[in-house]
Amino acid sequence: MPECAIEMKGIVKRFPGVTANNGIDFALERGEIHGLLGENGAGKTVLMSVLYGLYYPDAGEIVINGAPHKNYRPARAIGLGIGMVHQHFMLVPRLTVAENIMLGQEPTKNGILLDRDAAIKKIEAFSEQYGLPIDARARVEQLPVGEQQRVEIIKALYRGADTLILDEPTAVLTEQEVEHLKAALMKLKAEGKSTILITHKLREAIGMCDRITVLRKGNVIGTVEAKETSERELAEMMVGRDVVFTVHRSETTGEREPAMVVKGITACDDRGLEALKGIDLELRKYEVLGIAGVQGNGQRELAEVLTGLRSTTAGSIALGDLNLTRKGAKAFIDEGIAHIPADRHLRGLVMTFSLCENAILGRHREKAFSPSPFWQRRGVMTRFTREIIDAFGVKTPSAGTLAQNLSGGNQQRLIIGREFSKNPCVIIAAQPTRGLDVGGIEYVREQLLKMRDQGAAVLLISMDLDEVLMVSDRIAVIYDGRIVATRDPDSTDRRELGELMLTGSLSEERQAGETA
Amino acid sequence: MRSIVSYVKSSTFLRETGITLLSITLAFGVGCIILWAGGYSIPAVFANLWKGAFGNKLAIGQTLTKATPIILTSLSFLVAFRSGLFNIGAEGQMYIGAIATAVVASRLHLPAVLHAIVALAAGGLAGAFWGWIPGYLKAKRGVNEFVTTMMLSYVAIGLTDYLVAPRGPLHDPRYMANQTARIDLTAMLPRIMKPTQVSWAIVVAGIMVILVWYYLFRTPSGYELRSVGQSPSAAEYGGVRIKRKLIFALSLAGLLAGLAGAGEVLGTHFRFVDGFSPGYGWDGIAGGLIARAHPVGAIFAALLMGALRAGGMQVQRSGAAPGDIAAVLQGLVIFFIIAPTLVRMLFRWRRRRAE
Repeated sequence: MPECAIEMKGIVKRFPGVTANNGIDFALERGEIHGLLGENGAGKTVLMSVLYGLYYPDAGEIVINGAPHKNYRPARAIGLGIGMVHQHFMLVPRLTVAENIMLGQEPTKNGILLDRDAAIKKIEAFSEQYGLPIDARARVEQLPVGEQQRVEIIKALYRGADTLILDEPTAVLTEQEVEHLKAALMKLKAEGKSTILITHKLREAIGMCDRITVLRKGNVIGTVEAKETSERELAEMMVGRDVVFTVHRSETTGEREPAMVVKGITACDDRGLEALKGIDLELRKYEVLGIAGVQGNGQRELAEVLTGLRSTTAGSIALGDLNLTRKGAKAFIDEGIAHIPADRHLRGLVMTFSLCENAILGRHREKAFSPSPFWQRRGVMTRFTREIIDAFGVKTPSAGTLAQNLSGGNQQRLIIGREFSKNPCVIIAAQPTRGLDVGGIEYVREQLLKMRDQGAAVLLISMDLDEVLMVSDRIAVIYDGRIVATRDPDSTDRRELGELMLTGSLSEERQAGETA
Repeated sequence: MRSIVSYVKSSTFLRETGITLLSITLAFGVGCIILWAGGYSIPAVFANLWKGAFGNKLAIGQTLTKATPIILTSLSFLVAFRSGLFNIGAEGQMYIGAIATAVVASRLHLPAVLHAIVALAAGGLAGAFWGWIPGYLKAKRGVNEFVTTMMLSYVAIGLTDYLVAPRGPLHDPRYMANQTARIDLTAMLPRIMKPTQVSWAIVVAGIMVILVWYYLFRTPSGYELRSVGQSPSAAEYGGVRIKRKLIFALSLAGLLAGLAGAGEVLGTHFRFVDGFSPGYGWDGIAGGLIARAHPVGAIFAALLMGALRAGGMQVQRSGAAPGDIAAVLQGLVIFFIIAPTLVRMLFRWRRRRAE
């Protein structure tokens, strides 16, 4: 028996415009829990997808149980004893736990009849052996998320997995469920199974894993023993220290008086769990307020709350003297709040509409475009669209082209053109540069700063710490639905912000270091 | 005007029309194979189909009479479809509209023209109410409109049947048949192609085509409705109140189907006759799809369906083949029109999944 369950050597995986894995070496020892740590976009999930057979690597070698394997599909990976539990569960909600687990590998009586009892017995045996209590007869849709995850794990074991890949397993769990998961992983370890844990939460990585490999921008930064490392060391490895400033942020002359004031906002996510746990923010004129944070800490909900797309459960939102609490999106638009949504395909544009029709989305009630409810001025719309195309450099054959036929950068330019040309007093920009090329990124950042120089209050929500540091006049760190700190970008650094983003607080040694 | 010319020249128009014509040709091709396999004379069937649909003035009258309500039910389907909903219940909305029209046209006494307009409005509003119910349930309770519109159809058919049956409150005691009293002369829509049954109802249908087109493509409300159908989250982002829009869309769909019923009462039968529809409401589903959800396309789709219905009767009479061949052809046309759409939808879906 070779010592390593899995060895990946020099894995390279490129996508158009990005190198997700740039020569990664990774080794999983038998019977260990190995954490794979990194920021969003560091290449963790891509690496594991390569291992599971979802992608073929462009270069590199994969050795499983001592034998090299090339270009295999997930079915083969399962045959080789690799099981993957995705972040979004692949379960049929209407079916029972047992039915879900045996799906594709149904045991039969006499070769024809489905042997449900045999399956249930086998599942119960697994459940007991690994300390994963589950009711095999319950319907999946009735189970809480934590139990659904257990079903996924048992499903992988049922199919003979001796290596489990868990993709951000704790992202959807409550504290208590995390404890249960931890106990189960320890039991699996005792049974000789190996586990790879994809995560970006430092505390969990240290608490659950034996070893931790840190990725950054497609490269391995290092592998450390969990017992010998600290959150601070990991945070430094994850976020790095190299900051390059490219956009020049000039000082503005305007008075930075408050534009939008948010007090004690709480709100739930789509699953009904509290995602914002009391947010206080003040957006000021002539200022970019950057929100730094790791994905999934409430950024999405925050952007939606501040544009009227998500209702709040408590707290207030005021625009000057105007109370906007619990008003709908229409009220926010009418008051001149611009929104660059994080998902431009789903929210920002109607992909099957022409540019002309997209250019007025949310502005279609304006008198210029429809003087009465019975009249939409197509000529004005077309002229307006052409103006945006010229002013914001949208590359398109015509104003009648469908939005879906534009590149991502040009789609974003159209959205920015639409939102900025209405002279907004507040701009909520969520991930405005995601998926754009270098030129597009620079353009969007310059536009944001231009609007700020003209007196708009800009809120920039970004997962890219460099971007936040570069563009913001003030930085607020969001962690677990709360603003845990506010910093001046000139007197902070990536290390401090990284630690705040990842742990929600500063370690004692750092605090001590600061006072010294 | 210029925009219409440029639209006709545009690749979208040519592609959509091309796909539709190709589907119809394919449907007739497969229809031929079925006829051949059944041992029928293909030329005889098509000759009679043509004769029954366009052979002479009477035939054309038949086609137009049958196309009239189908234009409106097609509009009904496509308006809901544009908002992302399936209105399967045009048949019932049409029955409700028809009975309301018959009551207003026979019990209320008003001057000519005005009476007809009021009766039409009554039919439209009654249909709109029948569409509003599933719309409300969809928006407020998330009940699947596919099921509710269809089920309410059966409720409407049963309810109107009861109303006009002997001992029902609206039954005309002078006849045994399940029907209401004859409507007032003042409410009738004049015949415009005597001796055929073609009436002003077809003009009403034509006006509704223009109004629906104008609404969908030239008003902010229609713009919102289409955006809800294409991308609810983008519409929400644009400040559209989606739930209200859904209720409105199904009410409007009901109104159009109600007008179809009103037209049948005021222009064709001059009373509500139980079972007056050979399935115009269901034809509207096919019509809306064949029209590729475009109001102007609804005219051509309805003419095709009307011609198949009229021609099918002649095929039956002549004995060249059972009249059901028309239904077979209709089914094949729909199949070939929807199949490429389905294929394309699946592809798009798979692409999205891959991303």
